[in-house]
Amino acid sequence: MLAYILRRSLYAIPILIGVNLLTFWLFFVVNSPDDMARMQLGAKRVTPEAIERWKVDQGYDKPLLYNAEAGGVDKFTNTIFFDKSVSLFVFDFGTADDGRDIGYDIRQRMWPSLMLAIPVFVIGLLVTITFALLMAFFRATYVDYAGVVLCVILMSISALFYIIGGQYLISKLMHLVPISGYDGGLSAFKFLILPVAIGIISGIGAGSRWYRTIFLEEVNKDYVRTARAKGLPERVVLFKHVLKNAMIPILTGVVVTIPMLFMGSLITESFFGIPGLGSYTIDAIRAQDFGIVRAMVFLGSVLYILGLLLTDLSYTLVDPRVRLS
Amino acid sequence: MNGVSTCARRGDADGGWPVVAGSGLCRVWADYSPFPPAERMRGIFRCLTFPLIMPPRNGSLCRVTDFMRCIRRSGQWAVLSAVALLLAACGEGAWNDPYPHGESAQNIYYSSFSLRPKHLDPARSYSSNEIVFTGQIYEPPLQYHYLKRPYALIPLAASAVPEPWFEDAQGHRLPADAPEEQIAHSVYEIHIQPGIHYQPHPAFAQDAAGQPLYANLDTVALERIDTLSDFAESGSRELVAADYVYQIKRLAHPKLHSPIYGLMAEYIVGLRAFAKTLNTALDAQQGGGHLDLTRFDLSGVELVDRYTYRIRVNGLYPQFIYWLAMPFFAPVPPEVDAFYAQPGLQAKNISLDWYPVGTGPYMLSINNPNRQMVMERNPNFHGETYPGEGEPGDREAGLLRDAGKPIPFIDKVVYSLEKESIPAWNKFLQGYYDASGIASDSFDQAIQVSSQGEAALTDDMRKKGIQLVTGVATSLFYMGFNMTDPVVGGNAERARKLRRAISIAIDYEEFISIFQNGRGIPAQGPLPPGIFGYVEGEQGINPYVYDWVDGRPQRKPISEARRLLAEAGYPNGRDAKTGKPLIIHLDTTGAGPDDKARMDWMRKQFAKIDLQLVVRATDYNRFQEKMRKGTAQLFQWGWNADYPDPENFFFLLYGPNAKVGKNGENAANYESPEFDRLFQRMKNLPNGPERLAVINEMVDIVRRDAPWVWGMNPKQFSLFHSWYHNVKPNFMANNTLKYRRIDPELRAQLRAEWNKPVVWPLALIAVLLVLGIVPAALMYRRKLHAQGIARVPYREND
Repeated sequence: MLAYILRRSLYAIPILIGVNLLTFWLFFVVNSPDDMARMQLGAKRVTPEAIERWKVDQGYDKPLLYNAEAGGVDKFTNTIFFDKSVSLFVFDFGTADDGRDIGYDIRQRMWPSLMLAIPVFVIGLLVTITFALLMAFFRATYVDYAGVVLCVILMSISALFYIIGGQYLISKLMHLVPISGYDGGLSAFKFLILPVAIGIISGIGAGSRWYRTIFLEEVNKDYVRTARAKGLPERVVLFKHVLKNAMIPILTGVVVTIPMLFMGSLITESFFGIPGLGSYTIDAIRAQDFGIVRAMVFLGSVLYILGLLLTDLSYTLVDPRVRLS
Repeated sequence: MNGVSTCARRGDADGGWPVVAGSGLCRVWADYSPFPPAERMRGIFRCLTFPLIMPPRNGSLCRVTDFMRCIRRSGQWAVLSAVALLLAACGEGAWNDPYPHGESAQNIYYSSFSLRPKHLDPARSYSSNEIVFTGQIYEPPLQYHYLKRPYALIPLAASAVPEPWFEDAQGHRLPADAPEEQIAHSVYEIHIQPGIHYQPHPAFAQDAAGQPLYANLDTVALERIDTLSDFAESGSRELVAADYVYQIKRLAHPKLHSPIYGLMAEYIVGLRAFAKTLNTALDAQQGGGHLDLTRFDLSGVELVDRYTYRIRVNGLYPQFIYWLAMPFFAPVPPEVDAFYAQPGLQAKNISLDWYPVGTGPYMLSINNPNRQMVMERNPNFHGETYPGEGEPGDREAGLLRDAGKPIPFIDKVVYSLEKESIPAWNKFLQGYYDASGIASDSFDQAIQVSSQGEAALTDDMRKKGIQLVTGVATSLFYMGFNMTDPVVGGNAERARKLRRAISIAIDYEEFISIFQNGRGIPAQGPLPPGIFGYVEGEQGINPYVYDWVDGRPQRKPISEARRLLAEAGYPNGRDAKTGKPLIIHLDTTGAGPDDKARMDWMRKQFAKIDLQLVVRATDYNRFQEKMRKGTAQLFQWGWNADYPDPENFFFLLYGPNAKVGKNGENAANYESPEFDRLFQRMKNLPNGPERLAVINEMVDIVRRDAPWVWGMNPKQFSLFHSWYHNVKPNFMANNTLKYRRIDPELRAQLRAEWNKPVVWPLALIAVLLVLGIVPAALMYRRKLHAQGIARVPYREND
């Protein structure tokens, strides 16, 4: 397994270089270093001299990818791409255009994101699987039909509606929790309860329908019939046998998202005033801050690769027949 | 609930998984402790997760019945813990109070910000969302009178508003009425009040020997530092004139990129050469590090004595005095600059850009621009009193009730990040913000506009005691013609008539009504209200676009626009020579859904005179590029006044400031020798009849030439609660917070009244859930009975 992990880690390096190159190219197709300077220096009274000074100071006065005037290896290393990319591989994210340390900001902002994302993920998964198992248990009864209709309704409503509706009902009309905001420690609970509840409820529809389909596929297999023939209660059949055997497709969709929990949720964090990483990238794109954009895309790529690796590893845990080679 | 949990017992008995002895889950459930020890948490976790994801040990799993029991009991535990946490978090106050319990009755002002500030360094900060903070912390020499109109400068840290004296090229002092061409320099001598002290700050902390305590932080010391408050010691010292001199030098620092360096280098003697010196010094100082500016002399800025300094300005630049009221000219102590330059602090985002140090009424105590920024009263503030005079009507409005009282009134200011307008608005209505603007989606809820166009609060707002203040901002949103364009540009009469026809056709009254909810007035020229030279009434209308009818301006009829268009060579919107329809291109950055409605409306305006408008929406960068190259034909632009002087608007039309080729702010690239000559004269005149006559002449010229469709002056609507006092719009001053007053007791009372929790819907939901579950449970039992296995015991290894 160690060799497998090592090999997958080595595969990640060219992927990360490719992602970095693509990000770099896409960013500089839309923004030139001059544009970035103007954005940072403000709209008023910006002189060409100030723009040039900013570019020199921030290291954007070099060629983008290839330095024709340099010699030897410097043709590639004395470029903006090289300067801004190499440090990423040791997780040194550098500073944003406004001078703030990006690594520090990420470390500060990831905790509120996790405080929101982990409960939504864990509780949401438990609720969704339980609800799907119940629908499978009561298949072809009014509970199943009502459950499916409810799922379709929940799926059909936009996430934004849940947020605005939840804030209106729970916070504005019922005055039960703050509409938005955040605080550290135990005080975070009152700010998180509503976004967590909304996150869970808005995810029930799609998740339960998907898991119900998986469970229904399993319940018609021979081993389930055997279990029933042995006189096992239905709940034992479902929770012991069906759930275990349905784990592979569940894990495929679930484990890969675990590392991505760090990245936060853009809309939920914006509406609830949670100072997470959700809006960090979007704000940076708007501000044309390449430092943050490349750091967040790089981090996202690393986490995604990590998620895929964890998914593969998790298969070996739930299915002894799976061997990593 | 007596004894040991099933899971724990089984775990102990068969060794299925290790359960810490004596820490059975049932004990956790039995005492319902909301914060179980780590072992108990681990037990719960195992019970919940292992059957789901782990293969069985010894070939067996936790019994499903046990598991279900665990689920039920842990569910009970979770619900009770959640309730306990909720109650603990909510405390005794309103459940939806976003602030810590006990703050409600304190003298704290609550507000929000939607965009995090990028710079709080006074050399760099220029945006309105930054000046909200820097304005309260830094004290430049001058400030604007809070109540008087027209806007008047008064001393802040200075002992008096300086009157410049003039010198010829040889440095000889000239009389005050010396001709302009003789004046080589204007000299501003500024005296600072003695006895002003800085806020407490670690940069001023000293050891027993009088040496700076934190001047040489090592890595060990830095490990314990995450924010400025982690420094155990702080100190202060008296404000001296050298600190102002130091800050002016900082404007030229190559690493700081001060937005006003380019402008100031034109005026402050020696500033450009000083920047070159610093560049050279930085190059020589390889490896970076702190550049001590005190080592270098700036010829145009002179330290006279401990409390006096002089600034020498090239020629005549009367508007320079207004810059002395901006944070760019606030003091920065050299030791603070050196303190922040220490390696390691920047990596923790501890810099002057994020932790300003000033002498103002407030100091920034918490700077988390991702969540909250908190300012607290500066204990070393030198003290000021509330103004005793204002403009007519201020006394009746209660704005002089606090005259002569010491300021600031408010102890603490909390700004919370609100990226979305809906939560911010609702929190204002709940009393958790003391004041608010009005977003478009909330406008109808807050304001009703009468048939006469008068805006007033809705009944709901009045019942809450909310008050409304309005004021026309010293800003201008206009539509510019590119004067280098062969069709709409140029000074030929044909082009003038075309531009005037378009100016008449675009009905800005309708625009303001539809898209601005009435928040604005149609502009009659380049000067907004509140700026010297603005004329109200019949004398102030633009006669090329408006007629004065029944005591109010009335836009000229479309027939007049058609007539002008025909005279311009485009009868019925077609070129008289070629017969081709005239197509006008509007360049804009607006491409969203909201902008589409505006652009559709704009097309209709042009269609009124049979012109075709093609909207070329593009991103901000490309739009700026088009403007610099002069390839746009028609564009929308805006300007906020830096200072209340007509020069700050007329310079937008001054020929040498053209955008194309000169990188100035004259986006229309308008050039009129006549206007330019008058501009040169006007900018150096003091406000008075002579200056007003010149201004009127200039306004006539640009109205005639119509390089802009004058657009609108936006009107600002602000709402504030009944407990918030001394609110008067001041579009020039940025340090107004010190004048505001809060009645915390009234606020606490009304907040409690407005935010009583409503819990019956929760009970209703619980009942509905039970009603849904009971039939399902019955069905479950029926199903098991039907299978005949309901009472068959389930055995291990089945």
